[in-house]
Amino acid sequence: MSSTTLGTGRIQSAPAKDMVTARALGRRRKFKDNLVRWLCIGATAVGLFFLASIMVTLLWRGLAAMDLTIFTTEFRPTRYGDDSLPKGGLIHAILGSILQVAIGTAIGTPIGLLVGTYLAEYARNSMMGNAVRFVSDILLSAPSILIGLFIYQLVVLPMGGFSGIAGALALAIIVIPVVVRTTEDMLQLIPNTLREAVIGLGAPKWKMITLVCYKAALSGIVTGILLAVARIAGETAPLLLTSFGNNITSFDLSKAMASLPIAIYQQANSGFPDLIAIAWSGALLITVGVLAINIMARVLLRSKI
Amino acid sequence: MQQTLAASAAPSLPTGERRKASSFGDKLFEWLCRGAGILVLLTLGAIIVTLFIGALPAFERYGLPFIWSTEWNPVEDHREAYGGAVAIFGTIVSAILAIVFAVPIAFGIAFYLTELAPSWLKRPVGTAIELLAAVPSIIYGMWGLFVVVPFVQMNIQLTFGEALAALPLIGFIFETTNFAGTSLFTASLVLAIMILPFIAATMRDVFEQVPPVYKESAYGVGATRWEVVSGVVIPYTRISVVGGIMLGLGRALGETMAVTFVIGNANRMPASIFDASTTIASVVAMEFPESLAGSLKQSALFALGFLLFVISFVVLAASRWLLRSRLK
Repeated sequence: MSSTTLGTGRIQSAPAKDMVTARALGRRRKFKDNLVRWLCIGATAVGLFFLASIMVTLLWRGLAAMDLTIFTTEFRPTRYGDDSLPKGGLIHAILGSILQVAIGTAIGTPIGLLVGTYLAEYARNSMMGNAVRFVSDILLSAPSILIGLFIYQLVVLPMGGFSGIAGALALAIIVIPVVVRTTEDMLQLIPNTLREAVIGLGAPKWKMITLVCYKAALSGIVTGILLAVARIAGETAPLLLTSFGNNITSFDLSKAMASLPIAIYQQANSGFPDLIAIAWSGALLITVGVLAINIMARVLLRSKI
Repeated sequence: MQQTLAASAAPSLPTGERRKASSFGDKLFEWLCRGAGILVLLTLGAIIVTLFIGALPAFERYGLPFIWSTEWNPVEDHREAYGGAVAIFGTIVSAILAIVFAVPIAFGIAFYLTELAPSWLKRPVGTAIELLAAVPSIIYGMWGLFVVVPFVQMNIQLTFGEALAALPLIGFIFETTNFAGTSLFTASLVLAIMILPFIAATMRDVFEQVPPVYKESAYGVGATRWEVVSGVVIPYTRISVVGGIMLGLGRALGETMAVTFVIGNANRMPASIFDASTTIASVVAMEFPESLAGSLKQSALFALGFLLFVISFVVLAASRWLLRSRLK
């Protein structure tokens, strides 16, 4: 009996001492965990705050000058605060942007689609395929201004001046790797059993790819194209060196052509409050457009997968 | 017997033709795809070659010292001289500072999105962060110029500038006579905000690839969430995390518009992070459109472009190599 008491006493006293340490240790671990948790919540709040700040600034300043004249008139010089003078707009830049983005997408998409097909269907693990994949990934993140310099040397210099087609070509080079990435990813999601079934019916490989695989991956491929459009719609740096910008509406692809990002860039840096206000409206237009395309792409992809 | 053979042979003829036709179609399509792949390879090659050709006159004129010469004098007389040191320095310093600012916050966001956020919040917050990545860089530039620049001027430089400059040893980094708000520091800040969503999204994707069993075992022996992340998730994903950071660095190095608006575009060696400076991309954007075709200045800008290409190629290639396990 006495030995038991002694035993329990010993057992009780030793853990009691450890419990204090253990509790202190536990408290410290919990405190550290909580601290990191709040820091992470804070970091996320900071990230969301930036997004909110950008959107609020855009809406607040962009809506101030947003009216019908933005969509109906071309560039006008500053009014120096004299409201009797006509107010300028951005229609020349909107049309120029649409034209260059459309041509850039039309050139870049088929090439990107073929490269993505090559990587997913023909060269999955070959040396050549790995090289193409690597280079395409580099192009995806390469500084876009260098693509402007490249097209300047390749197209602008031989043609003797800035041109809309040079701008469209620069945008096309940016489109290609975006479409390659999504096309390859989407084609790789298709189960091989589907391919085997088509080949088993006696169809040639190219028909299997164009009629079955493309159809199965359609929503993903369209998503890629949408993301590419969203990406090039806001590109400024390469256009500065290729299509340069223009103050009037022009559809002549061999001449300098206006674009929304360039018009924003020039008017935002003009120093005149009325032109800066128009630049903010342009910025709002571009951001809303780009984000809307992005959300559309996301919804499209989610509804299919 | 012969009849049946003939009968079976007769319809096989068109099948053979069809097979020939389809094998032609196959060859054609395969070569179309391969040709497009080769075109991509050629594009990168052509970018390197054209940049180098454009840069050749400047390289021939200045040689290797172009990289460390700080002179930039576009006046076309005997004083005309070009060196890339200021732009190269500005590019590297602004990108590294941006990484220093962005990585802790990006890590916090990635940790929050993978371990802490309630599941109903994960998707909307994740989407918001991805949308931040989709905002065009010119918008960051404009927002930076009209929102971040006044903030830095009023709330950072005026409030903390003197105290920071009085610090022993490192005070000179903050000592400046430039109170315009456009500076190397502001550019880094805007760059950091721009690359934040890229790094956060990559880190989140990488964290999500840790096999749940590893994390569950750690939770099972009583580890806290922070212990799981610091003891299991980070060691497991270390290499890919560095790859994601390098990806962000690659973007920061080549960013043009967000920087051009807020860095002040001064081709002088900055003595402090609050001094105006320039980067390769912004000096090209500012000065290239107004330089004469075939001039020495244009060649010097091509030379800077070529150097930027080399720097970002190395960084991006390293990033891709580090991220290769994630890509497979």
